[in-house]
This record gives sequence, C-alpha cells and structure tokens, in this order.
Amino acid sequence: MRLSLFRILALIQKEFLAVLKDPRSRFIIFLPPVLQCLIFGYAASFDLSSVAYAVFDHDHSATSAALLSRLDGSGVFLRQADLGRVKDISTRIDSGSALLVLQIDQNFERQLLAGHAAPLQVIADGRNSNTAGTALGYLNRVVEDFNSDWRSKHSGSGPTIRIVTRSWYNPNLDTRWGMIPSLIGTLTLMGTMMLTALSVAREREQGTFDQLLVTPFRPFEIMAGKAIPNMVIGLGQATTILLMSQFWFHIPFAGSFVALYTGLGLFLMAAVGLGLFVSSIAATMQQAMLYAFLLAMPFALLSGFTTPFSSMPDALQTVMVINPLRYALDITKRVYLEGAGFANLLADFFPLVLIGVATLSGAAWLFRRRLT
Amino acid sequence: MKHWLAKWRRIWALTRKETRQILRDPSSIAIGIIFPLVMILLFGYGLSLDVTKVSVAVIDNDVSSDSAALIGAFRLSPNFVVTVAHSMTEAKSLVMDRKVDGILQIPSDFSRLRHLGAAEVEILVNGTDANQARIMQAYAEGPVAQWSAAQSRSAASASAGSVIVLNRIWFNESNDSHFFLVPGLIVLVMTIIGAFLTAMVVAREWERGTLEALFVTPMQAGEFLISKFVPYFGLGMIGFGLCLLAGQFLFHVPLRGSLLLLCLASMVYLLVALAIGLLVSTLVKSQFLASQLAMLLTFLPAMMLSGFLYDLRSMPIVIRGITYALPARYAVTLMQTLYLAGNVGGVIWVNLAVLMAMAVGLIVATRLATRKQLS
Repeated sequence: MRLSLFRILALIQKEFLAVLKDPRSRFIIFLPPVLQCLIFGYAASFDLSSVAYAVFDHDHSATSAALLSRLDGSGVFLRQADLGRVKDISTRIDSGSALLVLQIDQNFERQLLAGHAAPLQVIADGRNSNTAGTALGYLNRVVEDFNSDWRSKHSGSGPTIRIVTRSWYNPNLDTRWGMIPSLIGTLTLMGTMMLTALSVAREREQGTFDQLLVTPFRPFEIMAGKAIPNMVIGLGQATTILLMSQFWFHIPFAGSFVALYTGLGLFLMAAVGLGLFVSSIAATMQQAMLYAFLLAMPFALLSGFTTPFSSMPDALQTVMVINPLRYALDITKRVYLEGAGFANLLADFFPLVLIGVATLSGAAWLFRRRLT
Repeated sequence: MKHWLAKWRRIWALTRKETRQILRDPSSIAIGIIFPLVMILLFGYGLSLDVTKVSVAVIDNDVSSDSAALIGAFRLSPNFVVTVAHSMTEAKSLVMDRKVDGILQIPSDFSRLRHLGAAEVEILVNGTDANQARIMQAYAEGPVAQWSAAQSRSAASASAGSVIVLNRIWFNESNDSHFFLVPGLIVLVMTIIGAFLTAMVVAREWERGTLEALFVTPMQAGEFLISKFVPYFGLGMIGFGLCLLAGQFLFHVPLRGSLLLLCLASMVYLLVALAIGLLVSTLVKSQFLASQLAMLLTFLPAMMLSGFLYDLRSMPIVIRGITYALPARYAVTLMQTLYLAGNVGGVIWVNLAVLMAMAVGLIVATRLATRKQLS
C-alpha cells in the first residue's frame, strides 16, 4: 500500500516535470485561458453598443425631426448620412456603412396629427440576422417611447400600466456576468481534456509508455499518476480565470469557495477521465488531439454556453446528460452569481461523479487490454 | 529537362506518401468529413439563439378581476408558461431550482391604482443568463400591452396617431439564422482542416526523426512543402464541398453571388489556413506546442473574432483593431456577402485582395522557415 502510494507520487512528480519543465509549454498552458478570458469578456456579446443608420426624410417636418433627434439622443444610434436619392439606400446597405436605413413618408406628420398610423419604413442589413434583430428591437423601443409621449401630449391619456423590472444576481443585465463564470468550466474542459489525452499519446508515440508497462506499476497506478497532475493543472487554470473575473472584470463572487471547488474537483475528474478515455483509443498524438477536439467541441457548444440549453431540441437535451460541462456551467454560475449552496447543487454533483467513474474505469479497462 | 522530371517525380512520391498517411489515419478522415457534418448538423438543428418560451411564476397579491385579466393575458401569450406561486419565498425557490425563469408580481394596490392610471406590475428576472432575461423582459410587454388595449377599448379613450415601424430585413427576409451561420461555418471548417492537421504534420516529422532522414535525400525544401500542401488542400476542399451542399439542399441558403468567386475565396482562405498550420509546425517543432498554438491562433479567432457568431460591430475598438490582423475576418465577410448580398464589387475585391496578400506572405514565410538543416 505504501509502496503503491510512493510509486504514484513518483509518477506524479515525473508528469509535472514533463509538462512544466519547458518554459514554452508552461506558457502555452496558462496563456490561452488568460487570452481567451479577455477575448470572450470583451468580444462575446450579443448587445450592440452602436447602430449606424442613414435616413431618407421625405417629410422634413418638425415631427420627423423630433423622432430623429430622439434616435440620435439615445446614445446607440449614430446617423451616418441624410440621403436624398432612393439609389443611395442600397449603396449604404450593400457596402455595410449603415445597418439600418429609415425612410420617412412625406405625409408622416399630417397622418400623425390626424390620429392615423404613420408608417416608418426601415430596411435592415440581414447578413447577420441576429444583429439586425437586435437593432430593430432598439429602434422599436425608441419609437414606443416616442409614441407614448405623443399620445399623452395629444390625447391626454397616459400609459395605463407600467412594468417595473428588477433583475436578480445581475442588476444591469450585463452579458459578461454570465459569460465569465461560464468560462471557468469551458476553458478548463478544453485545456484539461487535451492535455491529458496528449500526455498519454506522447508517451505512446515516443515508446516510453511501453517502458512504463514493464515496470511494477499497476494500470490503476498509471491512471492515477496521469490523472492527478492534470487535475491539479486544470484547477490552476480554473483559479486563474476565477481571479481574473474578480480582479479584472470585477464580477462579485456571491457563493462559497468550498462549494465551487468541490464542484470543480468533480468536474475535473470527469474531464480527465474523458481525456484518458480518448488517449486509450488514440494511437498517435495527432489522433489524440483530433479526437479530444471532436469531443470537446460539441460538448462546449451544446452545454448552454453560447446558446440557451432549453432552446435545444429535446432529443439533444437528453443526449447531453453525458456532457460534464453542462453540470459545471450550472455549478459555476449558480455558486458564483446566486450563492447557491451544497443542497442546491447535489443534482449537478451526482452526474459528474457518475461520468468520472465511468470514464476512468473505462479507460483503465482499455489500458489493461492494451497490456495483454 | 531531366532535372525537371526528377523534381516532379520527387514531389509526386512525397505527395503520394502524405495522401496515404491521411487515408490510413482514421482521425484525418474524422476531421475532414465527420467534423464538417457534425458542425453542420449542430448549427443547423441543435443550436438556436431564439428563446421561444419562458416560464414565469405569478404572485397575485391583489386577487381582483383586473389582476385575473392580466394573468389571463399572460396565459394566452404564446411566449409564456405560467405557474401560480402563493408567496415570494415559494416563487424564489422555484427560480433557484430552475423551475421558472422569472417572477411576475402583482402588487396588492394594483386594481385601485389602475383607475388612477398609475398601476405597476413587477417582473423579476434571473439575470444569470442576461440574454434570456432581456428576452423575457421584452416578451412581457406583449401581454401587458394587450391587456391595456383591451382596457382602453372598454373605456373608449380618445384615439391618437402613432408611429408604426414597418421593417424589411434585406438579404434575409425570413430572418433565418442559418443564412448567416452557413457561410461562417465554411470558414470554420476550412480553418480546422487547414490549420489543425497541418500544425502537427511537420512537427511530427521532427519529433520522429523522419525529417532528418529526408535531409540526406535530394529533396528540396520547396518540394517538401508542396507535398504537404496538396493532400490537405484536397481534404479541405472536400469539407468545403460538404458545407456547400448542406447550404444548398439542407438549409436552402440562397447563393446570390457567383459560385466561381465563392470557390476562389475559399481556396485562397484554405491556403492561408494551411500556411499558418505549416508555419507554426515548422517553427515550434513540437506536436504538443504546435497543436495548442494552432488552436489559439486559428480556431479561436475564427470562432470568436470573425463575425461568425458575434458581430464585429459590437466589439470594443481595441478588439476590433485586432480582428483586422486575422484572416478569418476577411473570409467571413467574403462568404456572408457572396452568399447573401451578391457580387458587391467593393466589399469583395478588397477582402479578397487582403486574403491573397496574406496567403502569399505566409507561404513565403513558410518557405523561408523550412530549411534543410538541423537547428
């Protein structure tokens, strides 16, 4: 027993040396999480900070000017040009210099004053339909404001009901607050799975794995020797992102570190298990890397990280019970933002333990088959 | 003459060896054919940015005919699934357990204040997923407006004109997100095939020592590079073909520009991706490092900073500046324009020219980095 422990420790030490000795590989383990954290934090947003638009105003009335100045005053809409010819509309949209082109009819003011509906024609660049939808949403909000002001000014009846919205856990509804805690799981999964898969494949490719097999090491000890260092490195990556989200992005941490790290530990066990499983199938480093990627990619995309989990087809939601990242995202977001405790998280802990046990024992079995 | 013949024979032999290596390695086939298929299916059927239904817990503190009518409006709305909660504690635990996405609270003075024209309802959203929370906020305006309209009809208030937004979304009339995802997907698939596979190719030969063995042959550096480019170029074009077919027949994305230009643009971008992969591989000489660098330099930018998923216009100025250095940005713009807008002269030639310049620059750099000598 003591001998076994000693052997595992020696293997762990060797594994750390192999990965962290080379300054380039130290760099490549910790640089990507930091860079990705910055990129995701600043670039991954479905919000629009500015909407470039052009306008073709046939009316030139006080009312159309009032509507336009309301747009310009919103801080979001930037007027690029006042167009004078119909031909300019398509040029503006085609070249991408305006996302929206507004056309105001020459009867605009008259119709409003007569109590009719006055159309505001809008053409949107749909090359990115998501952006177009968001921009139109902003426009609608400004127009709604304009309408309710107009109504209260011209007919005396104000809005009858007001919706007061309060947002829990993320008062300003900042996309980043949900995004960065999710990165703790997503980036760690990518990093750990690939690192683990490659570390075994490298030994196999260089022939040192065969040497390891003729030593007194038992398959279980080899597994532990490979799994533990990679889990520790994964925890290091996760901690790096956690520190960045608190001290760089200033997102307040609401929960307990014990709950978070318990969840992360279980998650990393599952991630390393998957990595070992991949490496027991792969014969070369290239195969290990590509298989790990082919597995990690759908896991990341189908975890609810970029798109809402509940919008996925039911069949896919069912298949994704095997996706460890899905549980990890739930854990990190809920602990980080909502301050959830152990009782709320058991439903996430349990599947992670199952995935970890299944993949680790599966990998051990495959390793042993390689022995004979 | 004889010299040229020998040269081509060497290139042919090396290319054949490389092709066989691809064909016999299941992982290359997986990345060349299975990966595009998986991505197409995932993006086509699995992922949706649209939240169609949100669930809400309603706490009715008023219990009047007015509040019942409002709750009725929420029940009738196609966007809401309504659960009744009896207290805030109950509603809050429903939110914590992910049973509902938010809470609608009707205050006890709702119907009294309504007649004064100052009624309020409270919507509490779980901001953990900011996007979903904002969608719920927007949806809530629907039933509330409907309720208001019904009330004012019965009160027969004076009518006033209002501005109605009539929008047309050009290039994508039906507002289908496949329309912009498929062109971006082509770029993503080419990036993976181009850069990932080749990133390990030269490094593997260094690690295994087979490159040293090649040094003692008459093979020249340029010939070696051509033999690496050609088979992976073929594999990349297969991936492109799969995406093209899926776009045409599965998702019916209109191709408004010329097919010839689309092929040309993809070929140029594939060359760029291949050159990056080979350059990284040649420079770092380690499979582990090369694979991680390829991920960092090509895959992530193509996914995040190219305008594929996240719009470049919403990024801060510094990040937007960085995207100008990334080939994927130009490729995505080209594909989206060619697919959806058509042959828009200015956009296409500028982006294509930048990509061509990048391809030439990177190929020259790779050629310079490849030397027949031990470091």
